Amino acid sequence: MVNKLFEQDLQVINIGLSSFADSIQQTGGKATHLDWRPPASGDREIGMSLALLVNAPEVEDANRIAHERFLSAQPILMGVEQARKAIPNLSERTLLHAGPPIEWDRMCGPTLGAIIGAILYEGWAGDQESARQLAASGEITFAPCHHFGAVGPMSGVISPSMPVWIIKNQERGNVSFSNLNEGLGKVLRFGANDPSVLERLKWMETVLGPAMNAAVQQLGGIELRSIIAQALHMGDECHNRNAAASSLLFKKLTPALLRTEVPQKDIASVLEFIAGNDHFFLNLSMACCKAMLDAGHGVEHSTLVTAMARNGVEFGIRMSGAGNQWFTAPAPMVDGLFFPGYTSTDAAPDLGDSAITETAGIGGFAMGAAPAIVQFVGGTPQDAIAYTREMYHITMGSNGGFTLPPLNFDGAPAGIDARKVVDTGIAPVINTGIAHKDAGVGQVGAGITHAPLECFNKAVQSKIL
Amino acid sequence: MANSQRMIKNLYRDSVSLMQFSEKLRALDGIQQASAVMATENNISLLVEAGLLATIVPPSPNDLLIVVEGQDDSSVGGALDQAEAMLKQKSAETGEGGVRRVPPRSIEMGLDSMPAANFALISTPGEYAAAEARKAIQLGLNVMIFSDSVSMEEEIPLKQYAREHDLLVMGPDCGTAIINGIPLGFANVVRRGDIGVVAASGTGLQQVTSLIDRFGGGITQAIGTGGHDLKSEVGGITMLQGIAALTADPSTKVILLVSKPPSPDVMKNVLEMAHQSGKPVVVDFIGADPASITSDSVTGVRTLEDAAKASVNLSLGKASGHFTGSLPDQYINVAKECVAKLNAEQKYIRGLFSGGTFCYETLLLLSETLGIIYSNTPIKKEHKLEDVWKSRGHTAIDLGDDLFTQGRPHPMIDFRLRNERILQEAEDPNTAVILLDVVLGYGSNMDPAGELIPAIQQAQKIAAQAGRTVIFVGSVCGTDGDPQSLSRQEALLRDVGVILTESNAQAARLAAAIVNGR
Repeated sequence: MVNKLFEQDLQVINIGLSSFADSIQQTGGKATHLDWRPPASGDREIGMSLALLVNAPEVEDANRIAHERFLSAQPILMGVEQARKAIPNLSERTLLHAGPPIEWDRMCGPTLGAIIGAILYEGWAGDQESARQLAASGEITFAPCHHFGAVGPMSGVISPSMPVWIIKNQERGNVSFSNLNEGLGKVLRFGANDPSVLERLKWMETVLGPAMNAAVQQLGGIELRSIIAQALHMGDECHNRNAAASSLLFKKLTPALLRTEVPQKDIASVLEFIAGNDHFFLNLSMACCKAMLDAGHGVEHSTLVTAMARNGVEFGIRMSGAGNQWFTAPAPMVDGLFFPGYTSTDAAPDLGDSAITETAGIGGFAMGAAPAIVQFVGGTPQDAIAYTREMYHITMGSNGGFTLPPLNFDGAPAGIDARKVVDTGIAPVINTGIAHKDAGVGQVGAGITHAPLECFNKAVQSKIL
Repeated sequence: MANSQRMIKNLYRDSVSLMQFSEKLRALDGIQQASAVMATENNISLLVEAGLLATIVPPSPNDLLIVVEGQDDSSVGGALDQAEAMLKQKSAETGEGGVRRVPPRSIEMGLDSMPAANFALISTPGEYAAAEARKAIQLGLNVMIFSDSVSMEEEIPLKQYAREHDLLVMGPDCGTAIINGIPLGFANVVRRGDIGVVAASGTGLQQVTSLIDRFGGGITQAIGTGGHDLKSEVGGITMLQGIAALTADPSTKVILLVSKPPSPDVMKNVLEMAHQSGKPVVVDFIGADPASITSDSVTGVRTLEDAAKASVNLSLGKASGHFTGSLPDQYINVAKECVAKLNAEQKYIRGLFSGGTFCYETLLLLSETLGIIYSNTPIKKEHKLEDVWKSRGHTAIDLGDDLFTQGRPHPMIDFRLRNERILQEAEDPNTAVILLDVVLGYGSNMDPAGELIPAIQQAQKIAAQAGRTVIFVGSVCGTDGDPQSLSRQEALLRDVGVILTESNAQAARLAAAIVNGR
């Protein structure tokens, strides 16, 4: 190899003084100068941990396996059931929430409101104050959705009586869950818990859930990846914009629903509800991504990021080779546009499990296919493409199943490699809604944020070799 | 007529682009019919109706199905391969006007934009250099670490890994190298030829390669090892690899090694390997007795100049030559003329160096005839200057020492400190000779003569006003291929009365002859 070097054109990657690259080029050599900055936010020790992982054979092999399992997953929507029946090991008096683990007294406003709402909805307490006391008493178990194969947008609160979508990865058999989308405005996921919210939840449990289950059974399951693939060609990125995907789903559900035994009046109200909510597909997009990523989780030595999730206080990630550990950092604020009457001072920090979409290579990673989204940050369609392009540098590859028309039908950048994030300092971009910091106000804007690098620094340092 | 099909798992294209794609397939040589579709139930039945599908497959809507009908198996098979390759190819990243690009930030990203890269040149702050080097070697790149302040604890595993994977780690603190004719770091533009160099000293390498060029020879490779390589702990890994590579290199006829004397165990291994190379080897272990090095195939020499001369002689098929160490005839008269200009109080040489090896070689040569030479980097520690900012007796200063470079560029780039010191020495009535090195090449100041001349003229004025003449002696290390041009720089310095010799060693000897001749 040393002698092989003598026979080849010298091609130099130059790290440091740019003048060295100039002199190589002036004397007829080839040089690529790096826009280098100290990796791992300048932490020398983490930088060395990272270096030892770069191109390490064990990690490369593990990542190939994890990435392949992730990409080849075939999530099928199997049906809808109440969480207590659908989700294994979910004991009564357990409430699931978004993001990494968090105790009651540290929860953000929207999550607090949603927990109280869920307690009232379940009938575990009769009023707000006693619900609050019950939550603080230690009698309720709080756990991340992710610990149960589930995902939920915003506060992500799932209680045992709520209906959940059941998604199964045909390829490996793993199952994921998500709650059903309530629509916009006063909704539990933003912490609202007044009687109208609880009434809607009850209707979802008794009417919407069973109707959806009947329709899905009628169809013999619904292939989710092909809906996402089509929606990406119709201007969705399937996180912050689900207009096309929700319509595609509606097209599938409507005739199926009409063939079921569901009473006519319920069908009408169910279809009206779905038609009125452009985000109806979001929870399915998330659960589909969760099923794909869980397939790639648990491969020893792998640096594939398998979850990014926020609880409104902390941002956490999980990595395939690091078991059930969370690597956390303070949740960032979201840079975006606010609805009339609201400003950035009203915003809660980043919240929700929905960053599972970016983890799987859609959402912010597929922004290039959804130019309408960049308006939230005053950007141009070119900016949207640039965001997507940047993400290729931190992913293990692209997903040929999710292609992006404005990028010449290249597959979306998919499968975040924690090593690459730390090495380049390029943070995963996330498109997201902004919740009001107080319980129950609802969504106040939408925009773009980035996963904190600190999470990835910690993951790389976690001795996975 | 042949017919074949292929399923490509997990690849989605919309129907319009698949129709265009099918057209392309039909245009291929020997192909009559082709169709690429997503493998939905509907599409499969369409293909069946068209009689294109030889084998019925179950629907799998996330997979892409290609069917091809053509003259024979080979054209059909070829078309399928080509189709798959075209589908999997990432589109050329061109034509998206106005989309900002991310410049490469990591070595891996660098490899994305330069996939055939075979080398990494690292000049980051020292604390990050080892990690970057580790990534580079793990990615299969040869490495030069220009950065200093990398510990031996970090250096050793890097070099061990590199050796196991047949890669070269030059450095840390490797200031210069020339690989495949390309100067790296601080390096001169040297003619290509048949002499291969391995050097542990940066300025030593620049001096021998520049002199080889001056003497009409040329080099194949000039490999730097960094200053710690020949210590026992590191074991000369890079130098031994360098010798092995030059031994195997058919273009290299003569091997030249430059270093301060290695630790004895390393010296033994190096000389053993040099001997076994089967090629003539010239060795300058600066400060070691040449006799302890010389054997039938190894020529030990005392100076960098002799090293260059012996190598060029060997490259021309001549004997390596006999080096007496005496001052060449043409300088004996020059020395006499200079002596006549000095007064009785002017006794001392003041050497102000930008190259560490130039300073060290000068200390060795001057001490042969002048006894004690004071320095910030003395040969014997009892001769260390107590105050490095003030000369005493004969003094030679390495201005590239960390003491002087804190918060300031290297003296090969920034001449302010040396210029101030020139004036200071000119004020001293005991100063006879101010001895200088000037280093050209990439990395150095683009006009060293232009930087020095005002200070030299000012110094001459200061001395003249005190009724003295200060003699300036020096050498310029460089080639006419360098961006500064050796002959131009030499002419400018001679114009202001600087006496220039070809090499640093000759300059030291001339300076010694002047003060000895008083």
